[in-house]
Amino acid sequence: MSLSSVLVANRGEIALRVVRACRELGIRAVAVYSDADASAAHVRMADDAVHLGKSAASKSYLNADAVLEAAKSAGVDAIHPGYGFLSERPAFAAAVEEAGLVFVGPPSSVIATMGDKAAARALARSADVPVVPGSDEVSSVDEAVAAADEVGYPVLVKASAGGGGRGIRPAATADELREVVVEAQREAASAFGSDAVYVERALQGPKHVEVQVLADTHGTVVHCFERECSLQRRRQKILEEAPAPGLSPEMRSALCDAAVRLSQEVGYVGAGTVEFLVEGEEFFFIEMNTRIQVEHPITEWVTGLDLVAEQLRIAGGAPLSVAQDDIVCRGASIEFRVNAEDPDQDFLPSPGAVEGLELPGGPGVRVDTALMAGDVVPPFYDSLVAKLSVWAPTREDALARGRRALAEYRVDGLPTTIGLHRRLLDEPAVVDGSYDITTLETWLAGRSP
Amino acid sequence: MGSHKITSRTPGVFYHRPSPDADPYVTEGAAVSEGDTVGLVEVMKTFHEVKADAAGTVSAFLVENEDEVTIGQDLVELET
Repeated sequence: MSLSSVLVANRGEIALRVVRACRELGIRAVAVYSDADASAAHVRMADDAVHLGKSAASKSYLNADAVLEAAKSAGVDAIHPGYGFLSERPAFAAAVEEAGLVFVGPPSSVIATMGDKAAARALARSADVPVVPGSDEVSSVDEAVAAADEVGYPVLVKASAGGGGRGIRPAATADELREVVVEAQREAASAFGSDAVYVERALQGPKHVEVQVLADTHGTVVHCFERECSLQRRRQKILEEAPAPGLSPEMRSALCDAAVRLSQEVGYVGAGTVEFLVEGEEFFFIEMNTRIQVEHPITEWVTGLDLVAEQLRIAGGAPLSVAQDDIVCRGASIEFRVNAEDPDQDFLPSPGAVEGLELPGGPGVRVDTALMAGDVVPPFYDSLVAKLSVWAPTREDALARGRRALAEYRVDGLPTTIGLHRRLLDEPAVVDGSYDITTLETWLAGRSP
Repeated sequence: MGSHKITSRTPGVFYHRPSPDADPYVTEGAAVSEGDTVGLVEVMKTFHEVKADAAGTVSAFLVENEDEVTIGQDLVELET
């Protein structure tokens, strides 16, 4: 059975992206909206729209009951969650399943497994996919040294109960480790109420490379090659490209094979992304995103696939429209995230009215945005307002096309990250593709007045 | 005795407390010093503390917890 109508449970550019895919497939698209989004583009372009509630995300797009109610009142047969909001909440996916509707994504049990760090790590091990080498909890200095000998120096000592970067200490040698373990235990006890610590290999500037997968309900899993996403600030990606520059053919196929193995192991369904850290000749699984990814357009550029249309077909029970051998990676694509943030004021969010807008165009240029001139960017949601992506036959041409498109792009009335991207494309490490996950923050720190 | 109003530096959603289960930063009748945190405004998934820009006693909250606020909107009234 193919889907006949879908509730698009999101807002902004991704809601519009899903609405567009639905319309091309002849599926009725029903938007949802908050008070702040009553006249937003994703609402105007949908076939129908249902009001969810007040502007705050918790009262609208994050309100699972309101979204389910909207789906029932609109009479849809499926819910597409987009990214963010409810997209990776197993309880929401389970509620959709229980309501007899199709969740456009994997089964709720798969979301739960991949959302649990320990379970996902265990699953990766059983699929023969490497994870960052780490020990079990250690209770003495000697145990820590023995563990570090196994995982390899340099190491990080981490508090078991820690999180968000707190309670982490580096050690390059056994002597250093003997000192920091004691400190780490003491700090963990006072900060987290438990002195349990463990030892993990410290990577020295790895690259973040992720693999797009598609899996249908008939057991077929394919990969759609990789994306390089190392340019990050506070773990938020800002620029992504495909293919990953400088990746050896052996590493590429090892990553893609590992992503497929992991997806098979967990019984994956739909579009998903398997994220890795790559350092030297080694790679390590970090997590799987069980939804469509923000940066999916660059994969669409280099493969010619429509990933959102594939999601909708898979959700309707159809087999994948392509076989692995038919998926080829052609040319090079780069995505630039346009955020309503001021890079010159430590990326302070900059909601407000868009007074003027000129979008880039021409060959090989795509803009995914729901923002129109005269719109107001509300303060209630994510700061991403647009994604500019470019494609060209070579990476060098794609960089030139990116510079040209960014020069054409104008947003008046509020600061955005467009200017930052223009400067980034002149940075040697970006131009030659050698950047890693430390590059952007190091560069930003050095640039500060 | 005068009165002073603490305003929001950014649009967003106002909270009385640092997290849903926590106690409020301040309650009516509480004495605050300049620089004390009296609330939180969420803007685009980031959180900004609202600091008292004068010393005094909290005489009224001018917005409810989780109310939407605009830039420059009065949030808390102090008796100074």
